[in-house]
This record gives sequence, C-alpha cells and structure tokens, in this order.
Amino acid sequence: MEVIRSQKRTASNDVVSNPKIPLYLTAPPLEVRLEEFELFAIDRLRVLKGVSDGLARGKNPKEMDDVVDALWKEHMRHSDASEMLNKDIISHFVIRLVYCRSDELKKWFLSMETALFRHRFRLRNFEAQRAIVGEFGLPYKAVTGAELESLKERLGQVVRSLGQISPSVVNDICCVSVCFFSFLSFAVEAVYYKVPFEEVPDLVAGRRVLIQKGHAFVAGSQLVSLVVTQFRSHISKALILTNRKWMTTIREREKDRLTPIVEALSTTYVGPDYSQSSEYADISLKDIDQVSKSSFPLCMRHLFEKLREDHHLKHGGRMQLGLFLKGVGLKLDDALAFWRAEFSKKVGSERFDKEYAYGIRHNYGKEGKRTDYTPYACQKIISSAPGAGDHHGCPYRHFSEDNLRAALGRMGLSSRGMEDVMDKVRNKHFQLACTLTFEAVYGTSCDVGINHPNQYFEESQKILKSKTPAAPV
Amino acid sequence: MVREEAERRGDDTMIDAPQITNPKPEDFFNVHYLRIYYGNLFPYTDIHKWLSYGHDGKHPGCDEYYFGRREFSFTLENDVYLRYKSFKSVSSLEHAIKSCFPYKIDIGAVYSVDPDKRHAYSQTGTNVFTPVERELVFDIDITDYDDVRYCCSGADVCSKCWPLMTVAIKVIHTSLKEDFGFKHILWVFSGRRGVHCWVCDPKARRMTNEQRSAVAEYFRVYKGNENNARKVALMGYSLHPFLARSYVDFLKGFFEGELQANQSIFSTKDKYDKILEMISDEDIQSELREKWEKSANRSSLSEEAISLVRWDQLKNTLQSKKHKAPTLRMCVEEIVFTFAYPRIDLEVSKQMNHLLKAPFCVHPKTGRVCVPIDPNNCDEFDPLAVPTLSQLIEEINSGGSKMDVDDDDDDDDTDTSILGKSIKFFRSSFLEPLLKSCKEEIESLYKTKIGKSKDSFSW
Repeated sequence: MEVIRSQKRTASNDVVSNPKIPLYLTAPPLEVRLEEFELFAIDRLRVLKGVSDGLARGKNPKEMDDVVDALWKEHMRHSDASEMLNKDIISHFVIRLVYCRSDELKKWFLSMETALFRHRFRLRNFEAQRAIVGEFGLPYKAVTGAELESLKERLGQVVRSLGQISPSVVNDICCVSVCFFSFLSFAVEAVYYKVPFEEVPDLVAGRRVLIQKGHAFVAGSQLVSLVVTQFRSHISKALILTNRKWMTTIREREKDRLTPIVEALSTTYVGPDYSQSSEYADISLKDIDQVSKSSFPLCMRHLFEKLREDHHLKHGGRMQLGLFLKGVGLKLDDALAFWRAEFSKKVGSERFDKEYAYGIRHNYGKEGKRTDYTPYACQKIISSAPGAGDHHGCPYRHFSEDNLRAALGRMGLSSRGMEDVMDKVRNKHFQLACTLTFEAVYGTSCDVGINHPNQYFEESQKILKSKTPAAPV
Repeated sequence: MVREEAERRGDDTMIDAPQITNPKPEDFFNVHYLRIYYGNLFPYTDIHKWLSYGHDGKHPGCDEYYFGRREFSFTLENDVYLRYKSFKSVSSLEHAIKSCFPYKIDIGAVYSVDPDKRHAYSQTGTNVFTPVERELVFDIDITDYDDVRYCCSGADVCSKCWPLMTVAIKVIHTSLKEDFGFKHILWVFSGRRGVHCWVCDPKARRMTNEQRSAVAEYFRVYKGNENNARKVALMGYSLHPFLARSYVDFLKGFFEGELQANQSIFSTKDKYDKILEMISDEDIQSELREKWEKSANRSSLSEEAISLVRWDQLKNTLQSKKHKAPTLRMCVEEIVFTFAYPRIDLEVSKQMNHLLKAPFCVHPKTGRVCVPIDPNNCDEFDPLAVPTLSQLIEEINSGGSKMDVDDDDDDDDTDTSILGKSIKFFRSSFLEPLLKSCKEEIESLYKTKIGKSKDSFSW
C-alpha cells in the first residue's frame, strides 16, 4: 500500500496538478509589491519552520512528505497556478536574501530548503520528476543497450538486497503488502542513470546502488538523491553570492526600503501572535495577582513581582510586560488603571499621566501610527539585552544560576526538576528549560514546546480551568 | 654506554649493535636510533615527490606553493605535540625533522593557505583557512577484531591473526579499484598492529567530507558493541554485489580455511556459544548446542577438524531452516562477515582534516618502520619480519647498506638493504605511476587554460 501511494497521487490536490518545482536558479524578473515582499516571505517561513519542526521530531521520510504537503497547502496555495508559482519563487528569493547574512542562518536555510525540495520532489509522479531532473541540465544519460544488459544481473542483486520486510509484517500470514513489496522489490527498473558516485553520496552510503569504476547506476526511483545533491550544491553557492551582493550593494542601497524588512524577517516569529486575546485570556484587575502566581511564565512573573515591589519598571520591562498583559486580555482602561496604581506610588499620578500613559495607549494602538503591537515571542525576549536596573529578558538566559534557582524554587520546582531545567540552561536551550518548568509546575507534558509567553499563559489556564471549571483561577 | 662509545670513536654513525638479551622498550626505539634513521635513512625526497603530486616547478602549469600548504604534525619525546607545521621545500622538511627527531610524524591536508601562516588570514570572507585537498584514507586496526581472535588481544599481533588484515586489504583494495575506479592506492603497515590506506587519485583528494563519509559507510558492515549479539545484520533477499563479490572471492574461503585453522572458532563451548548467539532462532541454537555438547568429549579429532565439522552442521541446519524467518536467510553469511569482513575506523576516513601517520615513520612501541605493503602480494607480508631500527643500524654497521638512501641516482637498483627494498617498491609501484599521471593532468589543465585564454582573444 505504501509503495503505491507514493507513486500515484489522486488529482484532488494542487501538488500534482502544478508539477513544477522551481529550481530558483535565477532571480525572477517579476514585480513585487512591497507588502507581498514581506507577506510571501512570512508564509514561506511558516513552511520552513514546519519542516524544521517535523525533522526535529524525527519524522520518517514518508511522514515528512505528508507534513510538507499539508504545510504547502496551508500557506502557499493559490487558486491560480501561476500566482502560486510566483509566490513560491518570490518568497524563496526574499528568504534567501534574509538568510544569507550569517553562517548560522545560511546553514538553517540550506537544510530546510533542501528538505522542502526533497519532499516536494518525492510527492511528484515519475514523469514530473523526470522533467525536473531534465531542468537541472545534468549531463547524465540513461544506460541502454549492451551496457544495461551486462549490468542487469548485478542491478537485480542490488534491488533484492534492498527488499526488506519489517519484523511486524513477518508475523502476518496473509499480508497483501508483502506480496506487493516482494513483487516490486525484485523488479529491475526500466531506467537507470550512470552518474559519478560523488553525486549520490547517500545512495552510496546505504549501498543502494551498483557502483562500477567510479560510476553509480541510479534507478529512476532514486532520482531524488541525485537532484537533491544538485539542488543543495546550487543553493549553497547561491547563498555565498547573495551574501556578497547584500554586503556590497543591496544593504546600503535599500536601507530605507527593503533592508529593515529583511533584518526583521530573520527574527520573525511565525506562530499565533496573541494580539487578539482568546476566550481563555480575559482577566480583570482583581484577578491579576492571583493569575500572575498561577499562570504567568517566569519572565512575566518576575517583571510583575518587581513592579509590585519597586512600583516602577524601566522601558524594556514595561514593553515586555505591558504587551503580554494585553495579550492576556487586559483591556486598555484596566491597563491604565493598573499601571497608574503602581507608578503613582513612586512618581505620582500626575507624572504618570504625563509620561507613561501615552506609552500604554501607544501599545494598544491608540496613538501615533496606531499599530496594534503584538506581544513579544520568546525569540525576541531571549535576544534582548537587559542592562542595569532592567528586569525584562528571559530569566533562563539572563539570570545568574543562583538567582534562577531561587526563582524556580519560588515557582515550586523540586530539586530534581530544577536540575533538569538547569541542564537545559547550561546547554543554552532556554525555551526547553521554560517548557520543562511548565511541565513540572502543572504536572503535564508539553509536546509542542513553549515559544511564546502568552502561549504559556493560555496553556496554563486551559489546564487549571479543566481542573476546577467554576472557580476563578 | 652507547653514547660514550660513540663519542670515543668520534664518529656518530658507528654505534654498537645492541646485544638484546632481555629487551627493554628503549632497545627498540630511542632518540639515538632516531637520529641515525632520520639522519640517513628516511626517504625525504620520495615523500616530498609524492606529496607534491607533480608540482615540482618544472612545468609552467605547476603550483609551486602546493607542497607548502600541506599540514604536518610532529610528536616529540614527552608527548609534545606540534600541529600546523608546513614546509616550503624538501630541504626545510628535512631540516625540521633533523632538528627535533620526532617520535611520530603525521600528514594532514593541503590547506588554502600555509598552515603555519593561518593566523594571518581572517576567518571570514574569501580567504579562509580551510582544507582543500586530502587523500582518501583508511585505518584498519587489529584491536577492533578482539572479539573474534583468540590468539592475541590488545596490541599484540601474530601470524594467526594477522591474516585478518590481509583479507581486509584484499576486500577494500578490490573495491577501491573495481567499484570506485581509483588507481593510485598506497597501503602502509602502521608499525604495530594495523594497516593504513592512502588513496591518492586527484578525484579522491578533492572529495568532500560528505563523500568520504559515504564511502566509509559503503564499507561498513559490522555494527557491534557489547549490547548486541548480532553485530552484522544482512537484510534483504541477497547481498549487494560488492558484498557478494567480497564473500565469494575472499571471505568465504578465508573463513573456512585459514581462519578456522588458526582460531578453531567452534572448538570450545565459550567459542561456539558466541557464534550460536548470532543465530536469531532459539530452537536452532538449542538444537546445535545440544549436539555439540554431546560430542564434546567423545571426539578424537583435532580442534581444527572439530571446528570444520561443526561449521558444516551449522550450515546444513541453517540451510534447511532458513525459510523460518527473514533474519535467518543470510545467517551463514552474517557469521562469516562478522569474523572476516574488514572493520575500518570510520572517523579517520570521514574528515579532510584528520591527520594520519606518515609512511616510513618508525613506530615508537615496536621500533618497526611503517613500510608499504604490496596489495597484490599481501599474503606474503609478515608484520613480525618488518625491519626494526636496531636491525637497520646493525645493517649499517656491518656495511650492508648505503648510507644515503636519499640519492635518486642509478645506483638504486643495487640497493638490496632491507629498507631499500621497501623504498624501491614505493617508487616503482606507487610513486612513478602516480607522478606520471599527475604530470599529465597538470599538462592538460594547463593546455585547457591556455586554450581558453586564446579563445577570448578571438574576434
């Protein structure tokens, strides 16, 4: 069953009806609107991050095929095939510009684009695959005639050496797929390509090809290895060239237009943005203290406690906590009341109105350019740089070990749990540390992983409300 | 005592050949022997010619800086380790070695810039310090076979287990030539208990780490550690042609012949239990175990004969029962591969920047010279007959060899000294064909370049 499925997909999805996968060889001579520049890129980033996620979870190739198919449909689909192709090409080149700028970004981009390509290729039927191979302009010919004859026996050996039956199937007495598999696995394929063995390292490593005098004989069904190697090599070189162009001309030339967008995109968070609070996040002032103890992540708890303690927070802290509270469901009027109550104990309510109220209204999109600012995601918080007197940032990153341990202790972590968390911290896996804390505090596992403080809050509220539906939490 | 005598004689080339009754390590290997060896016997010119790959400056297409970009490392007495050494010429290499007489000399990669000047270049941009060329290398060490040899263990090696290395050379060498099409392959004795392989074709030298890894994995069959009993798992319905050829041409015969004769792998319960555990069917295991326990004391046959009988019984039993489960399908082959198939050290092969001991070095623990091995005659190679430093010095004293092996004049053919033979072999079977092919490549690349620039002038 499995073998058939990958070869023949029904036409109900766009993937087959639009068989072309662009190779991104040259930048397209297309016109792009500035908004599309950013939006297309964000959609593609969602796909790439989904791929990254899938790989990190150790999904097998077949599962990854499905992941990619779903991601592509969700973020990149367009009813017009040529529009879809344009978006595909444009978004790739924008992201390439964004991710060419450092070694770490380059490596990530290369891995994810290659994986994306690999699975999109696998989802195509054989004809489409051959067409794509053709586009690479590889000088490799199909093996024919006498040469093919002389190799047939050994090619058959290779095919048979790969014909595996998984242990679970062995115990099935009448297993249809076994028959299919055996039937298919013993057939020497119709088309083989003669390529230098260096072009297909993964096939060589797995002894999945016949090799003779430096040539590997790649079956039609193994073409993906060949093209992926080509694709990766091409993108790798392209990244270096793009970086050079960026550094020498583009960055300066575009400093008022594209450069800010490009620089922001590399840290773009692509999950839900929590700018509209959900049903779980509608808190009122009277509940806020209790909620801060029960559902706030450590970063926000710390800021909140410091605010209560010092009756003041510096700008970074006000932004981080303020936007978080907005995401949590604090309405503008309540927010103003909340901050005034605290700040006036230190600076007086007049000064608050004069110097701080404007900022809060600004956060809610009521002033200036009226952007409704979104609460910060972990990525942004972790990469911030709290200075003297600041309390924002990510405690897992920015606290000393002793302070962090004390804070975790106050959250109720056992010493065992604390060690696990500290271990993650030492390895610089700050979000994993927060996730472990979440799991320890609520006694549940969090497979998705925490990457946004508001996510932490919402998940926590879900758990607490499911335990005591009526009582306020 | 030796030093005093030398000083008395005023001639530092005459040192008494040691009378070794109770040999101590320093009798095999010590700084004085090293001085003589590196002073007079080490083939600097040949090594330099090899590693220059034809870039000797005589052709306009030569890269005269090529040799200077090669990394060497020296290990001195007291384990002082000096990396990133590089030399512009054979004389600076020779001078450096003769000024510190290293215990060990390793050869690394050819880099983008002279290793000893690497700090002068920034780590970003276009002029990064990075490996550019490096031979494809393999390291096979007999200690990796300790679970299947009963005569020795650890650092020891003898004529009963050395054949494991011989069959490894045959399998790998054949594959390198037939499957990968490589032509310039040098096999070298590692000095004590293993062999190294240097594949020097231009294509091989330019392989990326990923490609090297792929070749290493292609050769990898044994996946063993103490946690698994079945260390070789041959899946599928047949062997890959490479494995099939290795099995038929080398492994089967070796296993059923020499290996059984030397190791008698079925003769005692401990030994055959290990093999029975590789059979994934409990019933078959018990059946054979019972049979052999019964016949244990009653047989008048030799150990070797008993082993062969039992092997036959095992084969017959498996043959008749192999349809029981897919994991039994190639159980016989799995057992043969477990004992006889090469076990290479993957890490050595995978990365370009890995350093490997230079040929014609001397092994500090044995005093033996790392001489080349002829892959076409590797059955004849005896690790215990390899020249040692003390033998070489003895030979010099008795006037049996030329002092200066470094001359490459016509007298070479008359050099019948023990080291001379090895050097001659190195030259004729490896170096000369290699240099010929390198020069051809330099010539043709140069012609292409000239041709291109000529074209650019055409109107």
